[in-house]
Amino acid sequence: MTDATTLIDKIWDAHVIRVLSDGRTLLHIDRHLIHDGSSRQAFDGLRALDRKVRNLPLNFAVVDHIVSTLPGRTGESHPLGRERIHALRDNCRQFGVGLYDVDSPRQGIVHVIAPELGIALPGTTLVCGDSHTATNGGLGALGWGIGTTEVMHVMAAQALLLRKPKQMRITFRGAPQEGVFSKDLILHFIGRHGVSVGAGFAVEYAGEAICRMAVEERMTICNMSIEFGARMGIVAPDSSVIEYVAGRPFSPTGRLWEQAVAHWRTLASDEDACFERELEIDCSAVRPQITWGISPQDLVSIDELLPDPASAADAERCEAMRRAFAYMDLVPGRSLEGVPIDYAFIGSCTNSRFSDLEAAARVVRGRKVAAGVTALVVPGSMQVKAAAEAAGLDKVFVAAGFEWRNAGCSMCITSNVDIVVPGKRALSTTNRNFEHRQGLQSRTHLASPASVAAAAVSGRIVDVRKLLRG
Amino acid sequence: METFTIVTGIAAPLLLPNINTDAITPMIAGRSLSADIGKLLFANWRYHPDGSEIADFVLNQPPYREAKVLIAGANFGCGSSRERAVWALMRFGIRCVIAPSFADIFYDNAFQNGLLPLVLSVAEHAALADAVAQAREPVVTVDLDLCRLTDPNGRAIAFTVPAERRVALGEGLEEIQVILRMEDDIDAFQARDRGVRPWVYLNR
Repeated sequence: MTDATTLIDKIWDAHVIRVLSDGRTLLHIDRHLIHDGSSRQAFDGLRALDRKVRNLPLNFAVVDHIVSTLPGRTGESHPLGRERIHALRDNCRQFGVGLYDVDSPRQGIVHVIAPELGIALPGTTLVCGDSHTATNGGLGALGWGIGTTEVMHVMAAQALLLRKPKQMRITFRGAPQEGVFSKDLILHFIGRHGVSVGAGFAVEYAGEAICRMAVEERMTICNMSIEFGARMGIVAPDSSVIEYVAGRPFSPTGRLWEQAVAHWRTLASDEDACFERELEIDCSAVRPQITWGISPQDLVSIDELLPDPASAADAERCEAMRRAFAYMDLVPGRSLEGVPIDYAFIGSCTNSRFSDLEAAARVVRGRKVAAGVTALVVPGSMQVKAAAEAAGLDKVFVAAGFEWRNAGCSMCITSNVDIVVPGKRALSTTNRNFEHRQGLQSRTHLASPASVAAAAVSGRIVDVRKLLRG
Repeated sequence: METFTIVTGIAAPLLLPNINTDAITPMIAGRSLSADIGKLLFANWRYHPDGSEIADFVLNQPPYREAKVLIAGANFGCGSSRERAVWALMRFGIRCVIAPSFADIFYDNAFQNGLLPLVLSVAEHAALADAVAQAREPVVTVDLDLCRLTDPNGRAIAFTVPAERRVALGEGLEEIQVILRMEDDIDAFQARDRGVRPWVYLNR
């Protein structure tokens, strides 16, 4: 045994309020993000307990899940969304929680605005009633998703009672090829190891490919942690993170900044730190990835043929594959390349940041959305939207025939009118290809923003590398 | 929170692996705040788009319409953090889900609401599923005090549940009560931590 500690140990230890005799830890929560999708009953619970929000400045609220993304939207744009938006407004007003409302220039998807506004900081614990909260791990925050009851706990106590998870390190070796993005790398990992390999674990992502990634790319990796069962996923903060965090609205300044940076520089796993599990992937061998089925583990490389259920490892997997093929209306042994698509969706907390839109625009520039394809770009935040417009990306998308929307979760969760209609096929930069996820009988294929853009302009699933080569 | 001591009832088999929370409570049908959440349970598997029942779905068949226990495949409750998935199961009348494994967020959400997520080994789980499938009366008993499950043939199966969870379910004790007893500790932590990590505590 050594005293060596991991990155996650270091952050965890700094937040321990008390360890109970049964082994549970009362852990301090530095940041809490509240949204329109999962908070209403939590506020009701607070009222029933006759409690206030304990630390108002550490709680932030935003409308994202149910908000309309249409031009000229208001909180009234959709009758069912309206009900939830009004509930969040009323609750935030009553309890004094700051809210980024529909008309705020800071509004956006909760996991996009938390890093962007400096709400998420390296070394902080951050929770939200949303499973993709580990997105914030991209800048070295320990973030995880919680249920509505725990949302109430955090509001009341700024703390959560939990058991420390086991730890896994995933090392990304080698350099990815042209046309392969962080989304492809994490999808590849899920395809290889399955959707439950991370259950019970908190994950640290490491290796030279992670170190070379931009902070936003790391966010995409961390975002997908929950898709293989890991509630928390994080990358050690380095100089690029410190550069990213500097100057954001809620980032520390002056003497506090110096003090914070000195602390953040200590946040890395010791060389001889132990993990309960270590896995790795060779990034140089990864080709553009695309899901074919109804689980994020149903994956092929774009130049690969679809698998045969008959060759599945066991009867249960065989049955799950048959079910997936039937739902997706695909045939084993064929190629995905060439399959016509009806929708292309670029957005969601996985892939809606500036660099995602830039990667998609690079493919779209000078091309047109294919006839019959509905193509949407939904920036992750109004700030991403403004930055993209300043860079002229909106013109690239609009000229090609994409719809250019306002920020929100949109077609990732069938928000309002942003729905894939029954039986139609969507290529999507989102995180889940579950049955009916993007609408009743919707058929979703997950891929990188560049791959989705390539499909949008081709009208069918294609190998993005062919378009990038021109 | 509803207490859980002994539950005896029909066990319904739904033996797919990776049943996700979008399947348990679809987003698309869950939009209205006033909708009956029990009707939301497995809505896309239970109902045709016109609202009529899909006859061959297990929870639409007698005796499983009255199920209190669900026997599901591994990694049950994966996907989103929505606690509605637990609320919908409870509203339908399900008090216990038995699976070889659960997704982490669902597992915690279940305990917060008095739903018992019961983990059995793959072999025990398969044996239970077989016994239930072959039984004329697919009734099981879950005794949380004794940590003992009794299958339709009267065979007892031991299980484990974290002690604090078992006590909380037995007493209907909500976790917030445990947390709020430690408010002095939280005060002391924050007072100390403001000195160590002052940048964390925003003044806005």
